[in-house]
Amino acid sequence: MKVLVPVKRVVDYNVKVRVKSDGSGVDIANVKMSMNPFDEIAMEEAMRLKEGGKATEVVAVSCGVSQCQETLRTAMAIGADRGILVETTAELEPLAVAKLLKAVADKEQPNLIILGKQAIDDDANQVGQMLAALLGWPQATFASKVVLDEGKVTVTREVDGGLETLALSLPAIVTTDLRLNEPRYVTLPNIMKAKKKPLDTTKPEELGVDVSPRLKTLKVAEPPKRSAGIKVPDVATLVNKLRTEAKVI
Amino acid sequence: MVALVIAEHDNASLKGSTLNTVTAAAQCGGEVHVLVAGHNAGAAAAAAAQIAGVSKVLVADAAHLADGLAENLAEQVLAVAGAYSHILAPATAYGKNILPRVAAKLDVAQISEITKVDSPDTFERPIYAGNAIATVQSGDKVKVITVRSTGFDAAAASGGSAATETVAAVADAGKSAFVGREVAKSDRPELTAAKIIVSGGRGIGSAENFKLLEPLADKLGAAMGASRAAVDAGFVPNDWQVGQTGKIVAPALYIAVGISGAIQHLAGMKDSKTIVAINKDPEAPIFAVADYGIVGDLFEVVPQLVAELG
Repeated sequence: MKVLVPVKRVVDYNVKVRVKSDGSGVDIANVKMSMNPFDEIAMEEAMRLKEGGKATEVVAVSCGVSQCQETLRTAMAIGADRGILVETTAELEPLAVAKLLKAVADKEQPNLIILGKQAIDDDANQVGQMLAALLGWPQATFASKVVLDEGKVTVTREVDGGLETLALSLPAIVTTDLRLNEPRYVTLPNIMKAKKKPLDTTKPEELGVDVSPRLKTLKVAEPPKRSAGIKVPDVATLVNKLRTEAKVI
Repeated sequence: MVALVIAEHDNASLKGSTLNTVTAAAQCGGEVHVLVAGHNAGAAAAAAAQIAGVSKVLVADAAHLADGLAENLAEQVLAVAGAYSHILAPATAYGKNILPRVAAKLDVAQISEITKVDSPDTFERPIYAGNAIATVQSGDKVKVITVRSTGFDAAAASGGSAATETVAAVADAGKSAFVGREVAKSDRPELTAAKIIVSGGRGIGSAENFKLLEPLADKLGAAMGASRAAVDAGFVPNDWQVGQTGKIVAPALYIAVGISGAIQHLAGMKDSKTIVAINKDPEAPIFAVADYGIVGDLFEVVPQLVAELG
């Protein structure tokens, strides 16, 4: 069984981003970029399926600028058998990415596609669901447990009141939540091996996909700043302030 | 212009986030209709008809709509979508699961987790874990939107008198099946709707120690929350998690106990009206957003606080 894992190159989660002074966006020049943390979890899950004998091939795919090759090399160091880069300098919205991934899935014919539940830059939480819709496949989002059987996948999902379990017929889409697994560290020998693995490059035009944006970003601003607070010396002062000053208790 | 709100409900009653979504829908400038898709959901539909500002409630009833399966729910929304300029759902696990499927089928972009409606086609939404606010304008014919409930007041749950119309249920897609549900039991207020939240982090130390926070939450009638560190350490269940990847809350009072204040946690609570931090590390980032901070050992401070509240 073939598993496809889309991975996104994003600003590293430890970086505190700064909004550009002209309001045109956030400043991502010269900041550290990494694989989106939820996608690492997706890669890890695909590898566990392969190591458990459930999957035979794991293919990583990324859409974006040429530097996304680094993200794909990371995916191959984790263990993906090969990589596919859909190269474009265009700003890609989730709908465009879903269309590109559909075109790749049509060619590759995977049985399962595992994505992160959201990217930590646009915080959209859309691509997996959109891809499922475009392919006409069932979806299980926010997965915290995945059990693959012949012809179906059983997924436990994190929902607001607790957990729920769904059974999907294959092919299917799964998006990962944080507690699905603990991603492995990549080792130096595996980084060296990853350099020799095949990485194919294609373009949106070759896939016949129009990636022009549907949304116009008018501006990007800093969130309102909270006014500086105070440290109080003792509990009595705190309770007094909450009662008389903040009036919240 | 007519906006359609996808009601989140458990067939018996509406979830509170539906009311906030109705408010956002009304700000889009036209009539507001609500779709209640479920099974034996008469009570939820009746509640939807009572919401102030709603002019029509559409009801689709079928056994395969009972458990909110995205494949069936999205098709149900698409079946009625033609009449609407805006389609909105709460940005909860429920809404986030369904709506991007609807948007993709309509070939439009989805606008996620809006916090403000500037005009019928222009919306504000946080990006980068709330470290920036983007204002986006949609050129699509239908605006498909999820609504962050903390960004909008709840519409009044009574006072409305909407007409109820039954719509044909779509066929079961048959590609997914509901197996079961494990609901975390709690007598406390729901986290996203609570006026006061007492939240614990890694500093609490153990699941046993979390009990220390219970008398404080009881005294205040508060919901209990947690940081990712506390959840990952197994102190409390996953659905207590507040943050970028957990729940987004904005209560009147948020008390952070033993929480350092990582970016991802702040993303979930920094719109709270008043923030109190109790932490032994005076350099903890949580103090940069706290209105009132106490530097001290939580094991001493929390019982004192309970005593002081009388």
